[in-house]
Amino acid sequence: MNREAVEDFFYHEAALLDAWDLDGWMDLLCDDARYLVPPNDVPDGNPDTTLFIIADDMDRIRGRVKRLKSRDAHAEFPPSRTRRLITNVRILEQGDAELTVTANFSVHRFRRGGKGGEYVGHYVYKLRIEGDGFRIAERRAVLDAEELGGLGAVSFIL
Amino acid sequence: MSGMDDPAKILHSTAMNKNPYIIDNPGGNDFRLNRETLVDPDILVAERDRVFDQCWIYAGHDSEVPKPGDFKTRDVGGRPVILTRDGDDNVRLFLNTCRHRGAKVCREREGNTKRFYCFYHGWSYGNDGALVAVPGDDAYPDTFDRSELGLKDVPRFENYRGFWFASFNPDVEDLEPYLAGATEYIDLVVDQSADGNMEIVAGIQEYDIAANWKLLVENSFDDYHLHSTHSTWLEYMKDSGVSIKVPKGLLLPKKGIGRDLGNGHAVIDNYNFRGRPVATWISIYGEEAKPAVEAAKAELVERLGEERAERVANTNRNLFIFPNLMINDGSSVTVRAFWPEAADRMKVTAWALGPVGESAIMRKVRLDSFLTFYGPGGLATPDDVEALEQVQAGLTSTVKEVPWSVMTRGIAKDGEQLNSDELHLRTFWRRWNTMMTGEAAAIETAEAAE
Ligand code: FES
Ligand SMILES: [Fe+2]
Repeated sequence: MNREAVEDFFYHEAALLDAWDLDGWMDLLCDDARYLVPPNDVPDGNPDTTLFIIADDMDRIRGRVKRLKSRDAHAEFPPSRTRRLITNVRILEQGDAELTVTANFSVHRFRRGGKGGEYVGHYVYKLRIEGDGFRIAERRAVLDAEELGGLGAVSFIL
Repeated sequence: MSGMDDPAKILHSTAMNKNPYIIDNPGGNDFRLNRETLVDPDILVAERDRVFDQCWIYAGHDSEVPKPGDFKTRDVGGRPVILTRDGDDNVRLFLNTCRHRGAKVCREREGNTKRFYCFYHGWSYGNDGALVAVPGDDAYPDTFDRSELGLKDVPRFENYRGFWFASFNPDVEDLEPYLAGATEYIDLVVDQSADGNMEIVAGIQEYDIAANWKLLVENSFDDYHLHSTHSTWLEYMKDSGVSIKVPKGLLLPKKGIGRDLGNGHAVIDNYNFRGRPVATWISIYGEEAKPAVEAAKAELVERLGEERAERVANTNRNLFIFPNLMINDGSSVTVRAFWPEAADRMKVTAWALGPVGESAIMRKVRLDSFLTFYGPGGLATPDDVEALEQVQAGLTSTVKEVPWSVMTRGIAKDGEQLNSDELHLRTFWRRWNTMMTGEAAAIETAEAAE
């Protein structure tokens, strides 16, 4: 698997998320996938011993997506508009079944009558090789800001 | 023209003085809040002086500086401070400003040190605050006395069961009497721990809310909004197999109640029916956690007896300590302090608290349970934040046309009030009003009259 294949995969995922195609996004996930956003002050912490911002297993990812699709996820209603810029993709480890990949992100968020902002950081993905493609086993979004501060919340899928 | 000669200004201040902050008439079943209290920057200036600088303000937890030399920097009461444990094992809270010409002497978030070194001209201080080195001190006159130029302690600093509070009022009453009825509830939180030691877990959630700080006081223990604001969280719990109905025939307290705890502190005290890491298992925690949760319950019964164990393990409490601390002991223990940056903006800091030495699986369940509801990525807190920001956005520029909010839920009841009534909100506002104006508060309940 080369970097170009990984980049294509990330761009596809970003397009799904920016389009709020959350069911399409869930199809990219393994059945035991994890979605993590560590706290700003412990970016390489372990969610079993550190209070994260988000530490979802698949059950809570499903719950999160169901919530975000309803009109009652008030922090995301009307849904924010996002635009994701994904760059600096690097394959850190390549096994037979799994890759560890990092990429930088800049996610711009806009909301009518509410807070927007620019979420900047890097991802660390564990991608499982399935056929000639990937599925996401773990997706860790690490924010660079010292505190969440004016961004307020991570109420959409970062 | 300037100052008080300006007729526009005089008119404005007369208009302002016409309306009280609250209209409080429990006998007439009336309680209204003047929305200017959430909008006017001059009111915030007065609050800093009359409320925050008079009270005890939460500063940190004993467990955050476990070893001598450990330190953490943060803002407390609007001042930059260093929370540290000195060489003699005393927890200290220093104002983070150099006695020379003012620079912050410590700029790291946390660490361990024997010396705090001010890089500007190189003065350095011991972790007991003493000024220990001054480069080129031969240029100072005889009157220069190092012993008077140590880092300044905050005027008052005391702890109750590991929770440290600072006061910038040297004459404030001691912490324990100040906490009044809140100590009963802090005890319930700390009794979760076999040896009485709780700790702050690594990982801080720091986020801003574009709303007046008092809206978060209200929101943090307002159970009236649960079903409308948090329907997606309730859905998630239901989908995960947790009953969201209140079962019939519950134990003490039979239902959720709101209580005035004195000195502006208040609580909602609910029977638990959605699981607690200490110590009521629900399916969402996973089968593998069941034995550990049951063992924790057994330990409670053994140590505290059946009745007290039931109280600790099977009741939830959202405890408000006036003016700006919430301890939510339910699906996890959340410690949340907040500070106004402006009339329409606050900074929130939230920590998770757990018993020292709890098993790895219990800690995991506790943190997982925290994140289901709480925090900037939880399934509920972002909607609270949205609610407060929409309140602020809604009332700010309409305050002339719509000057009052209604806050009378439960006021006509004779006995106990529910967690979904607004007694506890009124308790906060009464104390706040008394501190701001010097007016005595109206008495609504027998408990408050005691
Ligand atoms: S301001 Fe600190 S040494 Fe001068
Ligand atoms: Fe809420």
